[in-house]
Amino acid sequence: MGSFTKVIELRGHIIDSLTFPKVLDEILDHGAEYETEEIAIGKTRRDASYARIRVTAPSEEILTRVLGHVRRLGAEPVEEEEVRLAPATGDGFFPEGFYATTNLPTRVKHGGRWLQVEDVCMDSGIRVLPREGRALCVKMSQVRAGDPIIVGHDGVKVDPLRKDPLRRGFFEFMSSTVSPEKSKGLLIQEIAREMRDVKAQGKGKILWVVGPALVHTGARDSFCRIIDAGYVDVVFSGNGMAAHDIEASLYGTSLGVSLTAGKILPRGHEHHLRAINFIRSLGGIARAVESGHLSSGILYSLIRREIPFVLAGSIRDDGPLPEAITDTLEAQRRMRDLCRGVSMAVMIATMLHAIATGNLLPAAVRTVCVDINTEMVTKLADRGTHQSLGLVTDAELFLRELAGKLGG
Amino acid sequence: MGTRRILMCPPDYYGIEYEINPWMSRSRQADPEAARRQWESLFDLLQGRLGLRISLLAPMKGLPDLVFTANAGLVRRGTFIPSHFRHPERRGESPVFRGWFEEEGYEIRSLPRNLYFEGEGDVLRVGGDLFAGYRIRSDIRTHAGVGEILEERVLSLELTDPRFYHLDTCFCPLAEDAAAYYPPAFDPYARRVIEAHVPRRVEVSPEEAMRFACNAVVAERKAVINTGCENLKTTLRGMGYEVWETDLSEFIKAGGAAKCLVLFLD
Repeated sequence: MGSFTKVIELRGHIIDSLTFPKVLDEILDHGAEYETEEIAIGKTRRDASYARIRVTAPSEEILTRVLGHVRRLGAEPVEEEEVRLAPATGDGFFPEGFYATTNLPTRVKHGGRWLQVEDVCMDSGIRVLPREGRALCVKMSQVRAGDPIIVGHDGVKVDPLRKDPLRRGFFEFMSSTVSPEKSKGLLIQEIAREMRDVKAQGKGKILWVVGPALVHTGARDSFCRIIDAGYVDVVFSGNGMAAHDIEASLYGTSLGVSLTAGKILPRGHEHHLRAINFIRSLGGIARAVESGHLSSGILYSLIRREIPFVLAGSIRDDGPLPEAITDTLEAQRRMRDLCRGVSMAVMIATMLHAIATGNLLPAAVRTVCVDINTEMVTKLADRGTHQSLGLVTDAELFLRELAGKLGG
Repeated sequence: MGTRRILMCPPDYYGIEYEINPWMSRSRQADPEAARRQWESLFDLLQGRLGLRISLLAPMKGLPDLVFTANAGLVRRGTFIPSHFRHPERRGESPVFRGWFEEEGYEIRSLPRNLYFEGEGDVLRVGGDLFAGYRIRSDIRTHAGVGEILEERVLSLELTDPRFYHLDTCFCPLAEDAAAYYPPAFDPYARRVIEAHVPRRVEVSPEEAMRFACNAVVAERKAVINTGCENLKTTLRGMGYEVWETDLSEFIKAGGAAKCLVLFLD
């Protein structure tokens, strides 16, 4: 979407002279919007003040008219630089001096217009499609020789997330607090309310990133209830979670421990290997569900409900299960695709998948991190997600409580 | 405070040679003899009654408005900020004024050349603040520069009526906390600024505003105003001012009265 926008500057005794409010009133009166990007108020009555204001209008004509009016009030337009582009000199790497992204909403000025960068995620570059007037976030591995990539910082504008004072929601209120001392019941109730809100208002998808502890702690059933209640739209995990989920379905154990008796069963440690072997022999988890060999559990529920999931493989994986994606770049690409439209993410008992996902999500996504380990929660909450909530608690307790609150 | 100094310029070459404000009409010429007499009466009152020390600028042929010394620029503690006239008709005055101030040893501090600024015509002091008019003649963008040069707060006031094209035609400082003004000449924001920063305000009637009541010269508790401003005269006397009236009708033909003919030098 191309918006008609210009930054203006105002200096002098603009507060006492009411010039500042007057300029803002003029902008609104003429049908444009403003955003004060910076304001520095003089410390003493003699000191001048300074304001930098972004004017956004619905049309070029309105913008020109507004600028003409505010110019007579002393507001000067600031000349904004265009982005510099350099062609990638080879596949899989950015040109020297490339602009490295954050996970915040980003705009770039190209061809005299401001383009909103699509699929924004941190630690990437920005490719411009000049003919289409689009700018896309691209990972290093996706670069192809000749792609026009933004270099330097000129013409790039990162918008900090604004907290809406009128929407005193839970996430705004809790912003980044991680505390084992908080009332879990209350927090979980609020998370449930937020989820219902996302679904009721069609605000986007809810992404779950889960680790094998979900199975070890006996939280499968609760999670399946949440899936059935419709609060799971995408799942990211690894080979381990899937293997133990299937082991539990086939043998009633997780890593050989009986989920009902809590004891290690004889030769139980072989169960997950046998489960993986069995699924491999059938040609995959989906085949096992189709043929009726797998008839319960998380993977079963996801496949039956056609909920997309990514099992990203790693070196230590046994098997792996045929659905595990062992090419990390391919897994990353699939995860990125599935991150589109996500507005809330819940990460439970998984460090590596949670960090990987955190790097792919825009900052505006509301994130809940649940782990038994305080350091883990802090680490995730600190990874640049701006509206994150950390809960130090056991996965099973969390999911049981949440499933109850969601009425699943 | 000692005796205040002002700059005036005799009306030897004064006349209506062009039309740059709604008051001017070449078909309604000034009478040179009458203008001379009116200017001299004003001079005598300012020197004799108000006790001002008057420096004179030599008049020049072809610069009829040089008499309006208030528009030379702005003076403060030995610093002179020269005007940059909006109308080309008056730009010839600038080198003459500048030459005089250079000769007198003032420090000359110029504002950006692309911005219009018409000196004391648009900048007046009340107490610790400078009040500055803009839009019709001076450009608001000069206000930040004036504040920086003089290290003072400059309160910008938007003028909306072309008949009151300079601040000194509709706003008159009376004391540290008082001013007379004609509210309709200002936009609503400017009126709020005046209300917020001038504790004692005297509102001038439309009839007297049109007789340049606000263009009075005030020094200490003494004032000289144009004739026919009875209400303001009475109000000022009620406030303890000595007031003298003098006919300045020949200069009103060019859109100026007492204050326009005077520039304070300290």
